[in-house]
Amino acid sequence: MFGRRLLLLTLGLCLCIALYLVWGARGNWGFVLPFRANKLAAMLLVALSVSSATVLFQTITRNSILTPSVMGFDALYLLTLTALIFVLGGQSFMQLPAIGQFLVNTVLMMGAALALFGTLLRRGGSDLFRMILTGIIFAGLFRSVTSFLQRIIDPNEFMVVQANSFARFARVELPLLALAGALTLAALGAAWHMRHRLDVLALGEQTAISLGESPRRGLFQVLILVSVLVSVSTALVGPMAFLGLLVVSVARQITPTVSHAVLLPSAGLVSAITLVGGQLVLERALQSSTPLVVVVDVLGGLVFLTLLLRRTPR
Amino acid sequence: MITITDLSYDRDETPVLRGVDLTLNAGGVKALIGPNGAGKSTLLSLIARLIPMQSGRIMVDDLEIGACANDVLARRLAILPQASEAAPLLTVRELVGFGRYPYHKGRPTAADREKVEDALATFELQALAERRLDSLSGGQRQRAQVAMIFAQDTDYILLDEPLNNLDIAASRGLMRTLQDLAQHHARTIVIVLHDINYAAAYANEIVAMKDGGIVAQGAPQDVVTEAMLREVYGTAAAVHRIDGRVLVGV
Repeated sequence: MFGRRLLLLTLGLCLCIALYLVWGARGNWGFVLPFRANKLAAMLLVALSVSSATVLFQTITRNSILTPSVMGFDALYLLTLTALIFVLGGQSFMQLPAIGQFLVNTVLMMGAALALFGTLLRRGGSDLFRMILTGIIFAGLFRSVTSFLQRIIDPNEFMVVQANSFARFARVELPLLALAGALTLAALGAAWHMRHRLDVLALGEQTAISLGESPRRGLFQVLILVSVLVSVSTALVGPMAFLGLLVVSVARQITPTVSHAVLLPSAGLVSAITLVGGQLVLERALQSSTPLVVVVDVLGGLVFLTLLLRRTPR
Repeated sequence: MITITDLSYDRDETPVLRGVDLTLNAGGVKALIGPNGAGKSTLLSLIARLIPMQSGRIMVDDLEIGACANDVLARRLAILPQASEAAPLLTVRELVGFGRYPYHKGRPTAADREKVEDALATFELQALAERRLDSLSGGQRQRAQVAMIFAQDTDYILLDEPLNNLDIAASRGLMRTLQDLAQHHARTIVIVLHDINYAAAYANEIVAMKDGGIVAQGAPQDVVTEAMLREVYGTAAAVHRIDGRVLVGV
């Protein structure tokens, strides 16, 4: 089922990757290829983790317009970042080795994400509107505290916060990339392993229990996976607000199914094509230095509005 | 046989069930009736493990609720979920296919596929098999859900007020189906019903509940009396007997 569409998507991604690696390369291939491959690997990691985290999150909330970002995760990232710089000071934050920064960020984010999503789902899990409202109010709270902290820190430290607030695909140190890759692949493997259980959990609490699954245990496991995936990718490159929503909505159009065995790869492929292809067009074709995240957010925001206005959320 | 001993359940400090002892023998359709707040839905949810046990003990044959693994129970006991839960994007065949999940855990065998086709045929759903659930009427959707439970091949089937929002044709259709499952497929049906006339017409055994306890248990003609209606519901409804069948005047 949908095998051909997945194959076409795979071919499209291979084309994007090949073009990205060789197009416009001048000079020493020994330097250009590893340099580009490094950036490419970071993009693929982020693409896969954001799309899978979104699919998982939509499954446990049984809703196709919610994403971790929409529920306040990005605001939480900025708050964590600002608080960290506020406590440590901009200088000592910058002086932390990249891997240290990454680890501190990831661990803090994972704890905070588990607390945030756990609260949201436990308190209002059955009531969608209450859950969305709580998420939005939390995001507002995080933003207010963030801007309060940003107002009272030193302007130099504010610059550090600013520089880290937007997703950018720059060169990532190899050990850091390996660590992020290992964490992401482990989480993706676990998600793939529970794909059939996810299909059952998506049917609703009563049906899942009747079929012998435990929704509470499933919810907890999925929440951990989502926290790992979003924390790692955000700590690696920064927040990608609407990417997840955009690519999963497109994937649901291309492969209209509820089977996670199809949906997870399809969303991953669309996500990777969006990032690699988008970067290719911006960087090489348009010679532009606009960060890709800006374009993705404009498109993703439009998709979000369309989804909200076109049908009542389920 | 479902054996319930000394089952109590409190919700927000208010007792919902008070030391219920009840034995339901295997086979036939068993109806739980009683006024709102009598605790019948809570009792059913506890047997179905939809809510956690607080005190007491429920045995389904040799399996104890709360101690037995979920997937083992799923091969013994199924719950018809609320109609609102049906995932709208699934086709009827996909939904019915999930009934085999407790056996194959995501990797259906040829035997599982055969069971699904069998269920589709039994419930005359072949023509609708490729339709998505959101394109079906309420009655058709529920038939698909019952077919899923049939495919699950469990000895016990639990249903909580399945007649809500169904018209008389769909209600009679569902009750006849359940009767047929009990008679010809050796399933035991436990069903919470609001309408005593449906209970009296289709159940082999009626359990009347009030204030978290069992008031009466037995065959419809023995349980449904004017005295019981006065005691349990506090209403003076007339009970007619026509050709050996019981009918409550409304």
